[in-house]
Amino acid sequence: MTRNTGVYIAAALLAIYSLCHSCQSEQAIRTAQYAVNGQKLYVAQCQNCHGAKGEGLGGLYPPLTDSTFLAAHRETLACIVKNGLSGPIEINGRTFDGEMLPNPQLAPIEIAYVLTYIGNSFGNEMGLFTLEEVQRSLAACKQ
Amino acid sequence: MKTMRIVCFLLASFLSGVLAGCGGGSQKTLPILGAREPVTKVVDGQTVTDTVYHRIPDFRLLNQDSVMVTNGTFADGVYIANFFFTHCPSICPIMQRNLLKVYERYKGDERVRFLSHSIDFRHDSPAVLKAYAEKLGVTNDQWQFVTGSKAEIYGLSDSYMVYTKEDSSVPGGYDHSGYFLLVDRDRHIRGAYDGTDDAQVQLLFDELAILLKEYE
Repeated sequence: MTRNTGVYIAAALLAIYSLCHSCQSEQAIRTAQYAVNGQKLYVAQCQNCHGAKGEGLGGLYPPLTDSTFLAAHRETLACIVKNGLSGPIEINGRTFDGEMLPNPQLAPIEIAYVLTYIGNSFGNEMGLFTLEEVQRSLAACKQ
Repeated sequence: MKTMRIVCFLLASFLSGVLAGCGGGSQKTLPILGAREPVTKVVDGQTVTDTVYHRIPDFRLLNQDSVMVTNGTFADGVYIANFFFTHCPSICPIMQRNLLKVYERYKGDERVRFLSHSIDFRHDSPAVLKAYAEKLGVTNDQWQFVTGSKAEIYGLSDSYMVYTKEDSSVPGGYDHSGYFLLVDRDRHIRGAYDGTDDAQVQLLFDELAILLKEYE
């Protein structure tokens, strides 16, 4: 009886473990897919100003390497991509007071792609931005 | 063994030929670009034909410090000119990012100057240009940002062989090409480089060095 229980528990644990593991790798694959799609969009829409390595340009365009800023603004990043940004912000300890143009042509899934690319490049480790997360963020944008 | 020796000999003679060719290449001088016309005149009773090359005409433009700059500002060295506008979302950031690399390499070297013309004569006042220059990281007067009337700037762009046009259908409202023009002390254009292309920017670095050698 005890022996059987032990076997059941071991089997259950194994099942949970393999389930989690497959979930994780599935998530990793999706993140990689989104990032690849996002890179194309980044080159077309963002790279002119923000640079091939997310380095920005002097005090004109902020770099995308401030992981702390990105993490603190995760919920509003989709709004910034879609609606642009103006007014002063502080990035890497430096104040930027320019204007970012909006990208109204980007679909929510494309915003998810490009955020996943930026969020997992240039030293950032933000994981996957799902379509659902981007849609939730966009619904809450301040207009 | 014998074929090996022959191959080696051929290879050696080929390589020496290539190296000699390269050696000759370092003497390279840059061409003078643009239209040219022959001018025939009579000197001491003899007919002489001379070639008149395309030159950058006289200009007087307001810079980021609201000071007039003229050809004289650039006369004691060579300079690199381009056309841009401060809120240009398309090619300008790439161009200025690349020109900044050249500026940083030659910063403090008065033989090389930079001249960026704004084609947005409505918005880019000297104050706007000043803020832009500071944000870009330009800290001395080696790089001038200038504005002028539409006729002046667009007329000059023709002389620099750069396409500029007001066009409401393109992002930012102005259409223009992103070329860097290398201009020598005699106001001749000696090179034109696509400022958005890394290989062309590298060519500018190389040819700028060649041009500076002419004045050593």
